[in-house]
Formats: sequence, structure tokens, C-alpha cells
Amino acid sequence: MTSPNNSKPLSKQAALVQKNLAKRYASERRFKAYGLASVLFGLCALLVLFVEIFGGGLGGFKTTQVALTLELDSDVLEVYDATNPDEILSGNYTGVIRNALKERFPDAAGRKEKRALYSMISVGATYDLRDQLAKDPDLLDTSIDVWVLADDDVDTYYKSLSSVPYAERMSDKQQQWVQNLIDQQEIRTIFNTRFFTGGDSSEPEMAGIRGAIMGSLLTMMVTLLLSFPVGVAAAIYLEEYAPKNRLTDFVEVNINNLAAVPSIIFGLLGLAIFINLFEMPRSIPLVGGIVLTLMTLPTIIISSRAAVKAVPPSIREAALGIGASKMQMILHHVLPLAMPGMLTGAIIGMAQALGETAPLLMIGMVAFIMDVPGAINDPATVMPVQIFLWSDSPERAFVEKTSAAIMVLLMFLMFMNAMAVLLRKRLERRW
Amino acid sequence: MESSVLVIAIFVLGIIAFVVGRSRSVAISQNVGGIRFLNSLPFYYGALTALWCAIPSFLVFAVWSLFDDTIIRSTIIATLPAEAADSVGGNLNLLFNQIYNVSVGAAGSDSAPDYMVAAAQHLHSLQAISRWALTGLVLACALSTSIVVWSKINPQLKARYQVERVFRSFLFLCSSLAILTTIGIVVSVLFESIRFFSMVSPVDFLFGLEWSPQMAIRADQEGSSGSFGAIPLFTGTLLIALIALIIAVPCGLMTAIFLSEYASSRIRDIIKPMLEVLAGIPTVVYGFFAALTVAPFIRDMGLNIGLDQWLPISSESALAAGLVMGVMIIPFVSSLSDDVINAVPQSLRDGALGLGSTRSEVIKQVVIPAALPGIVGGVLLAASRAIGETMIVVMAAGLAANLTLNPLDSVTTVTVQIVTLLVGDQEFDSPKTLAAFALGLMLFLVTLSLNYFALHIVKKYREQYD
Amino acid sequence: MQDTVIESKAPTAKAVQAERTKKTTKTESNAMNAKRSPTEIAESITETVGKPLAQNAKLAMRDVNVYYDQKQAVFDVNLDIAENQVVALIGPSGCGKSTFLRCLNRMNDTIDICRVAGSIQLDGMDIYDSKLDVVPLRARVGMVFQKPNPFPKSIYDNVAYGPRIHGLVNRRADLDEVVESSLRKAGLWEEVKDRLESPGTGLSGGQQQRLCIARTIAVSPEVILMDEPCSALDPIATAKIEELIAELSQNFTIAIVTHSMQQAARVSHRTAYFHLGRLVEVNETEKVFTNPDHELTEAYITGRFG
Repeated sequence: MTSPNNSKPLSKQAALVQKNLAKRYASERRFKAYGLASVLFGLCALLVLFVEIFGGGLGGFKTTQVALTLELDSDVLEVYDATNPDEILSGNYTGVIRNALKERFPDAAGRKEKRALYSMISVGATYDLRDQLAKDPDLLDTSIDVWVLADDDVDTYYKSLSSVPYAERMSDKQQQWVQNLIDQQEIRTIFNTRFFTGGDSSEPEMAGIRGAIMGSLLTMMVTLLLSFPVGVAAAIYLEEYAPKNRLTDFVEVNINNLAAVPSIIFGLLGLAIFINLFEMPRSIPLVGGIVLTLMTLPTIIISSRAAVKAVPPSIREAALGIGASKMQMILHHVLPLAMPGMLTGAIIGMAQALGETAPLLMIGMVAFIMDVPGAINDPATVMPVQIFLWSDSPERAFVEKTSAAIMVLLMFLMFMNAMAVLLRKRLERRW
Repeated sequence: MESSVLVIAIFVLGIIAFVVGRSRSVAISQNVGGIRFLNSLPFYYGALTALWCAIPSFLVFAVWSLFDDTIIRSTIIATLPAEAADSVGGNLNLLFNQIYNVSVGAAGSDSAPDYMVAAAQHLHSLQAISRWALTGLVLACALSTSIVVWSKINPQLKARYQVERVFRSFLFLCSSLAILTTIGIVVSVLFESIRFFSMVSPVDFLFGLEWSPQMAIRADQEGSSGSFGAIPLFTGTLLIALIALIIAVPCGLMTAIFLSEYASSRIRDIIKPMLEVLAGIPTVVYGFFAALTVAPFIRDMGLNIGLDQWLPISSESALAAGLVMGVMIIPFVSSLSDDVINAVPQSLRDGALGLGSTRSEVIKQVVIPAALPGIVGGVLLAASRAIGETMIVVMAAGLAANLTLNPLDSVTTVTVQIVTLLVGDQEFDSPKTLAAFALGLMLFLVTLSLNYFALHIVKKYREQYD
Repeated sequence: MQDTVIESKAPTAKAVQAERTKKTTKTESNAMNAKRSPTEIAESITETVGKPLAQNAKLAMRDVNVYYDQKQAVFDVNLDIAENQVVALIGPSGCGKSTFLRCLNRMNDTIDICRVAGSIQLDGMDIYDSKLDVVPLRARVGMVFQKPNPFPKSIYDNVAYGPRIHGLVNRRADLDEVVESSLRKAGLWEEVKDRLESPGTGLSGGQQQRLCIARTIAVSPEVILMDEPCSALDPIATAKIEELIAELSQNFTIAIVTHSMQQAARVSHRTAYFHLGRLVEVNETEKVFTNPDHELTEAYITGRFG
């Protein structure tokens, strides 16, 4: 009796409905397929992006080194007292390395080949050698076996050997030498600590992201210190104090519109007002932070308002009912309850600011800066701008540096978003 | 004292003032029979004293710091001999910078002429005087105001009321920063734009078909006037934005529909955060992706199927930039659509379902028409984002101002040109630099009106179902 | 078909059981009330008193249980709704009657956490059969909701919506005819015939609800479910809807949930009383309101709780 066959014959209407069902369901399936296709398209884009960045960027965390036996001959070095900082500073380390290379590859003949041979070792190797000697003066006039930093062309070529060799910038002779090094196991890749401890450099193998990270941290510090208190104050004013009048409406319209103004416009504002009018220096985290503050303020105000709004009115009434003043009600009750929501908004705003590039280009944070900044008025660059600069560089080796830098930036962003999600979870539990 | 030390000093004085004011109110309360006979709690007396101590002195500090450089500078320049001005061709800024460099002992200061060394010493002494005067003034101000308030503390003083008024004014100032920002944008962009339009006719700018500002660097160059016809930029911007919207609107909308109407809650919980990741990726990453991966891919595709016989194909194609921008905007469109779709009351869906609609019929014939204003608002916001997006186009679109609708060709956009014109050294009297501000003005006006209408539409829509 | 249903459920045994329950409850009602709260009484109910079953059932529900996640909202309901009959479902708020009603055309499918067990048959066809398609089912079992919910479209399009999606008519003239006759049946034609193109949301609350009814009957369903159709309306509009229900009952089978006992008394042939998810009693409307079999029913209709 449960089978439809036994049931009464369908009415005329029901039969008609039945007749059209197939067509309607076909359209239903098509529609659903479009939806699924859209979702998959988005996910695929995400996947390709990540594969592309991570696939290309992992190499950026590694650096190639070559084993050399260096004769620290004081005559070649022109260093006779290794405890004297001036002498150490002016030593001829290049000569030592070149001698070692000549020793290792005696087949390099003629100026051209020799130059090709010398170019396989990075200038960074001389700095490493200098630092080593300064730390251990006894090494003078001894012979040491060290791993020295290879040039970016060697680095790129060596890393690409496992898949598609990229040898455009390597001569045949150089390739032979690398092969020789490989056979003797005198070339290796290790974790690139310099990437995290060094500032920017025009040599890819020496370029590090520390300067950009510090720049970003300083800029974010300025942004957070300015935008969070101001944003929270503005949100409280608008939710708790603002009278319903034209001025308040105007403020609200302004906030909503500013939230959608392109970021580059804030860069123009920073350039015209802070750099041009107030004559503040270019490229400093202070100005960058102020510009990003103006940019993120609407976001923080909007989310803080939502958090204030979510505090139940009963709590306000209870506070006012026992004779608290408005300021007491806000400071003692509304603000603590709304704080997790406000922090979530602030973190999201900060994440947005951390990834922002365009306005900072306008205020000159795009300059080439090798030193790691230590204060908010040191010239600095930030991570996204560093990514932009590297991606613009012609050297092939910068491609993987760029990807690696992107990975570091994404790591920071994911950490911040995870914090926001955690806070939101806690917030949900409270209500 | 250094400025930062002075700020800290003001802060410390404020704390001291708080403690002193608070203890005085407590002491006074003993005479009248206890704290409850005070008008306000001791905390508020302390706070009032601290505010009076810190705010006026900080204002003095701010005003002084704002003007002392200018005053010192004009004093120095006024005392310079005439030969000094001649030596730099009348460029007083350059002259002053030289003097400044000498005064801080920068490289090359040994060879500076005598008058410059003298001026540098003068500068030194003036700066020292200014600093000490400022320190004295600030401290005097802080002390005097706090003493006045301190002496005024009595049980009748409405300390709480006054503190709350200051609190409220502070909150108001913070919220009015939004207006100040808007005014700042308008003033900064408008002011430079007016200067630009005094050199280049607005008609040429708005309707000219050729854009080549690079010609205008040197006045004596051939074709030095440059040409500032912005039409190629506008079409380029619109072309890329259009490609982006063609990708993002259907995809974003269908994603929102699929996730809110079809997907089970478990799938939704997995996919939504993943798409949000897409929204959180910085634009510079998208730009890198577009330039490194998508653009070569599209060019190779175009060449492989032989499109280059009919169309010019560029490695910096509008399609690559637009495509990646579209992907970037998908989560934006999707979350906006999600909001408006969820705002459609369940009762309407029930009404259609109760009649025997399939899900897609409910969506197509009831939900989307009902949500249409909100969706249109969302699309306008997305368009405003696409137009204002900078890094993707800077990295993936070209610099050549081609007037073309071919998506495989290279086009340039308003934002690309702003960046190109303003990155590097600028002279604020050449039309080349000022053109960037005129473009900025256009960008601001267009996005502002788009945002305004979009927010208006969305608001109206929300009210309909509230 | 119907006979099998009734026989399989052994109506005689049930009647005996009901009779026995009735006796105990009636005789002990006063004493028991003193001892037990209505909640306790309701929770102890295992069988429906009165006559839950019918001979020519259009809809037959057997052992229906409804759960929201872990929480059970409806317990073991057995009920028949006969063809062209109006059955009123009454009971205190939260007693599960709306939930139960929404099961009848599977509107509960839209709520993820809702689960229905037991069998509900429309003309002998199990509507919870996993192979069954809800779309034609809802074309046969229409629903009118508590709050008027006209689509934000014109009056005409509102009514024409159902016939259009189901492809019931091919020509515009036929559609016009369906719209007119549905609006006439809903008693709305005279009021709106001159402004069929104006938006349905512009009508008054009572008119909107009649529009929704017209929209439902335009599909010519066999059963109409009404979930408190008058709760958002004023008395005059309510009166019109009630008249309409009486007229519709000549052609349609109707199940109506209502909070107004007067309304149930006026419009329905049979009345089912729900309490805490249990179907307590089903009887002819007149009997329920004059001489109910169960003490809870009596308590409810005399206004002792609700």
C-alpha cells in the first residue's frame, strides 16, 4: 500500500504537473551545476595560486653554498692585526676567495673565463669571511675549509637541475664547473638564514626580508596605536552619544563611503598633506602608519559599532538604573563586553593594512633600503612593497625570493586571521 | 628637551597631577564629613586636574612644534648675505637644506663657504633656544593650570560632569575624523587638480584621445607640452573592470546561492572560510600571480590558437589583469550577495515552496527578484573596487595607453598612471606630477558616487525587509 | 485501500482502547487533576481518544514522530483527514500542531535539523518515500502561511506564479482565466480586478492573505494546509477568510491550525486537540466543543490553560 502504483489515479492537474517535471528538474540541475561550477572555480583559483606561490617559493628559503679551501694569508688580505677593526674592515677578502677559486679550478684560462669563475661566488661571501675573521682573529695566516655563498645565477641553476635546468645566464664552462662541484659533493643547499636576518639587497642571494618585516611591524604599531583608540572612541560616540541630526548622518555617510574609497586615494592624501604640506620625511613608518590609519579607520569603526550594538540594552539600563553616569556605564559595562568584537574588527583592519601596498608607494616607502629600520622615523619599506619591488626586479632569482616573501606575509596574515576567528569564537560563547 | 622626552614629561606631569588632585579632594572631604559629601568621587577630581595639566600644555607643544621650523628658517634666510641666494640660483629651499646639512655635520660640510658655516651655527643656536623656550613654556603651562584647578577643588566642584564633558568631546573629535579625512582627500586632490587644469584644459583632459605625459619632463624638449588626453585611461580602466565584473558577478552570486541554498552546513563551513582566504590575500600577491602566471599563460594560449593573426596580443594583457581581479572580487561579491539573499524573508521562500516550486525556481523567481536592489548595490560596490584596484594592474597591465577594446592587448588604467607618475622624484609644478592628482580626483569622484548610490540602494533594500 | 489501513491498525481494538481511556479519564478527571499537572497527564498519553481515523481518508498519518535534532516535537500521531473535510488542529502554543501541519507537504524539509518518522500517506502514497518528489507533492498539497507572504510582484503574477512554474496552462487567455477564477474563489476579485498589475505587497493584510490563498488554489491542489491564516488579521478580514474556508471545503480538503477556538468551531468539521506534541483527542467539532472526551481538551476549551 505504500507503493505509488496502488494509489488512486492522479487528478488532471497532478498529471499535468507530472508531465512538466522532467523539464523543470533539468533546469534545476543546470542551475545547481552553475552554482557548483562557480564554487569550484573560486577554489581552483585559490589552489592554483597557492601551488604556484608555494611551489615557487620554497626554494627561496634555501641558499646554495660552495665548499672552498681559503688561505687566509695576511699578505693577500693586507690584514696584519686581526684584532684591529679598521684593518679588518678594509681587508682584501675578494683576493682570498679568488685565489681559492683559481686553485680549485686551474682550467680557467684567460680574463673572460676567470671573470666567469669569480662571478660564481657572491660578494656576500667576502662579508661572511670578514665577520668570521673578526670573531676569531687567530684564523689569520691559517687555511680554512668553509662553505661560501654562491652567486644567484649558480643558485638558480643548481636548484633547477632537478627539474628543468635554467642555464640562460650560465656559460658552458660554468656549467661544467658546477657539475664538477656536484661530483665532488662540494656544493650544497642549506636553509637560508640570511633571508630572515638581512635587509634588502640588489644581489638576490643576499636579499633578506628582515628590514621589510621590521618596517611592517613599526608601521602596524603606529597604525594600531592610532586607529584602535580613535576607532573605538568614534564607534562609542556614534552608538551611545550621537544625537540624531544632520551632522551625525553626515559622519555616518562619510565613514561608509571612506570604507569603499580606493586605497590609492589615501596615498594621494598622504602625499599631498603629510609629505608636501607638513614636510614630513618620505619612506618612514610614521607617515605610512598614519596613512594606513586613515584607511583602516572606517573598517574598525564599523565593526566596533557592531560590537557596541550587540551589547544588550538591558545591561545599559541596569547600569543607568543604579545611578551610573553615562561615562561609567560605557567604561564599566559596554566597553568590556564589546571589547572582543572590537578587537576582532581591529585585527581584521590590521590584516588589511598589513597587505596594503598602493598608498605606501605614494608616500615613498618604495625606496631601496638596505638597513633594517629600528624606529618609526627611520626610512623603511614594508613586506608588500618589498614583494612588489622584488617582483619587479629582472633577476630570475628574485622570483623565488618574491614567492618566499609572499609566504612569509601570508603566514602573518593567517596568524592574524586565526586570532580574529578565535576571538570571535569566544565572543559567540559569551552571548 | 627632545620632543619625545617632552611628550613623556607632559604625560608624567599629568599622572602626578592626578594623584595630587585626587588626594586633595580626599583631604578636603575630611573637613566636610567624608567622601560622600563631595560632588564627585575623588577619581574625578584627580582626572580633572590631570586633564587640565596635560591638555593645554600639549596644545602649546603642538602649536609650537608646528611653527618653529618655519620661523627659524625664515629668520636664518633673512640674515643670509645676498651672495648666498645667488649661489643656488635663488632656490632658498636648496640653500636651507645645505645649511641644515652643515649644521648636522653631514658629509661635505668641511668645504662649505664661511657664511654657510656661520648660518649653520646660527641655526644651531636658534634651535637650542627654541627647544629650551618650548620646554619652559610647556612646563610652566602644565604647572600653572594644574595649580589653578588644584586650588579650585572644593566639595561643590562638579568634577565628574566636567570630566565627562571632556570625554564626550574627545569621542566626538574622534568620530569627526572621518569628515576631516574626506575633507583632506577632497582638498589635497582638488587643490593640485586645479593647478593642473590651469596648465591643461579640462576639455583636453576629459576628451583627449592621446596620453603621453612622459614628454613633459623638460621644458625645452620637443613636444614638451605632453598630451594629457585621459580617454585611453578611462577605457582601459573600464575594460579591465568589466572583465573583472564579468567573472566576479556571476561567480560570486552563484557561489553565494549555492552555499546558502544548496550546500549542506558542513560543506558551507568548509568552503566559506576557504573563499574568505581568497579575500584576505593582499592585492600585491594577486598582482604577482597575474604577471608571473596568468599573463604568460594567456599570451601563449592566444599565440597557440593563432589569434595573433587578427588581434595584437600583448604579454601584459587586459584579460590577465581583469581575470585575476575578477577572482579577487569573487568573495567580495559573494559575501555581499549572501547578506542580501539571507535578508529575503523565509516566509517568501516558504510561499513559493508551498506551491511546489523547485529550489531553483524559488531562487530565480522569488529570491533574486526580491534581492535585486541589494545585488545591484553589491555589484556597484564591486565595480568601485575594480576601478580603484591598483596593485594588480600596476603589476600585470601595461603602461602603454592604447585606445582599444581588445582584451588581449595591453591597456593602462587610471591607477597605474597615478602610481607611475608619482613614484620617484616629483616636482609639484610640472603637469606630469599634477596630472596624477587630476586622475585621482576623477577616481575619487567616480568611486564616491558609485559607493554612495550602492550604499543608498542597499540601505533602502534593508529597510524594506526590516 | 482505505480499508486496509483501518484494518491493519485494528480500529476495533483502538475504539475499545479509546472507550476505556475515555471512561477512566472522565470518571477520574477531577481526582486526577488534583494529583497531576496537565504536563504529566499529557506525557502519559499513549493513545488518542475520540475518532482519529476516517473512512475515506485523503491524508492518513500513522505513528508520526517529529524531532528537532534531539528534541522530539511530535509523538506518535495517528490521524486521518477525509476528503473535502476541514480538520482544525488546536492546542496551546508550542504543542507541535504547526510542526505537524508542515509535515504534511514536507515543508519541514527546509529545516535542516528536522526529522520525521512514521508514515504519512496522500491517497495511499507515502509522502516520505525517499523516492518521492516534493515538487509535485506540494502542487497537490498547498499551504497558506501564518503571515501573509505575497511575492514582491504584481497581484496577477502572484496568482499566476504557480500555474506558470508547473506549466499548467499554455495560453495567456487560459492563465487569465485561472487567475480570475482563483481570485474569485478567494473572494478578492471584485476588490483587485482593476489593479491586477499593482504590487501584491500594496494590499491590506486581509487582502494579502486572501491573495495568498488565491495563489495556493490557482494550482488546484487537492489539500490545503493553513497555518493560523488569520492570526495576523483583524476581525473583519478574519470573517472573510472564514467564509472563504467554508466555501473552499466543498472542493478541497483542508487542514487548519488555529489558536481561536471559535474559529475552529465555525469552520471545521472535525477538530484535533494537541498537547505537548501528543494528539490528545479527535472528534466531530461539535462534540469537542460541547462534550470533549478528554480532560485536557475540556480544560483547554474552557480556558483553564492555553
